[in-house]
Amino acid sequence: MQADRAGMPAAAGAERELPHGEAKIFHHSFSADPLSVRTALRTALARFLRQLTREESGTLELVLAEVLNNIVEHGYGDSGVGTITLSLVRDHRGLSCSISDDGVELPASCLARVADETLRPEPGALPEGGFGWYLIRDLVEDLGYHRADGRNLLAFRLPLAREGHEMVN
Amino acid sequence: MNLYAEARGGALVVSVREERLDAAIAIRFKDRMREVTSQPSARVVLDLSAVEFLDSSGLGAVVAVMKSLPPERPLELAGLSPNVARVFRLTRMDSVFNIHQSVADALAEGMRNAG
Repeated sequence: MQADRAGMPAAAGAERELPHGEAKIFHHSFSADPLSVRTALRTALARFLRQLTREESGTLELVLAEVLNNIVEHGYGDSGVGTITLSLVRDHRGLSCSISDDGVELPASCLARVADETLRPEPGALPEGGFGWYLIRDLVEDLGYHRADGRNLLAFRLPLAREGHEMVN
Repeated sequence: MNLYAEARGGALVVSVREERLDAAIAIRFKDRMREVTSQPSARVVLDLSAVEFLDSSGLGAVVAVMKSLPPERPLELAGLSPNVARVFRLTRMDSVFNIHQSVADALAEGMRNAG
């Protein structure tokens, strides 16, 4: 089977919506608390389940959990209330993810182009935290951040193995 | 937080009966583990076979439990699903835990060492 990486139309007749036709989109706003994050993750995963391998689903869920729980704990940590908006779009290059919130500004160190390896948690020291941003940066591509009018926007891409790939479970 | 503990072959086997060990449950997990592991045993084996998802908060909680135990009674892990094993591998925390394929394997290893 040949993947149409060059942007050629997908095989006729197959249930392939890419690159033409309807891209799969997920867009959802929810309250910034751990249980709402769980529900949002479950809903988002279900939306893309058929297009992702088991490993890709695991990666997506992990990366989103790290980003979203970071917003719950640090972005809105002081007030304890807020809203998170999560958008996922499946396109021919993978899964494009964006997350916005009205919490505090993300520290620049989280997004430094080159991760400070000296701060990466050292297993022997039995670290109980500090893994989140290293996991995110290790697993995603094109990580970008923008803050305007008190609003944070984080965007990245999760590369997927094959476009239009349908899992047969 | 559903934890189930039983003494088996000199080991305290604690089974996490939750699909997710994540930020929503990490603190309760640590608290419950502290209670459960207060009962004496030569070994503590944490059965994670029911857990399908672990995030960095869940991982941090597992590490905290390990640190709460004395060095001669380290936390051993068993039954990691592929997703859970991957988080340990990505963070290289697989290097600091004794990780068994299953609880049965963990107990069999104990028997061999004892014999």
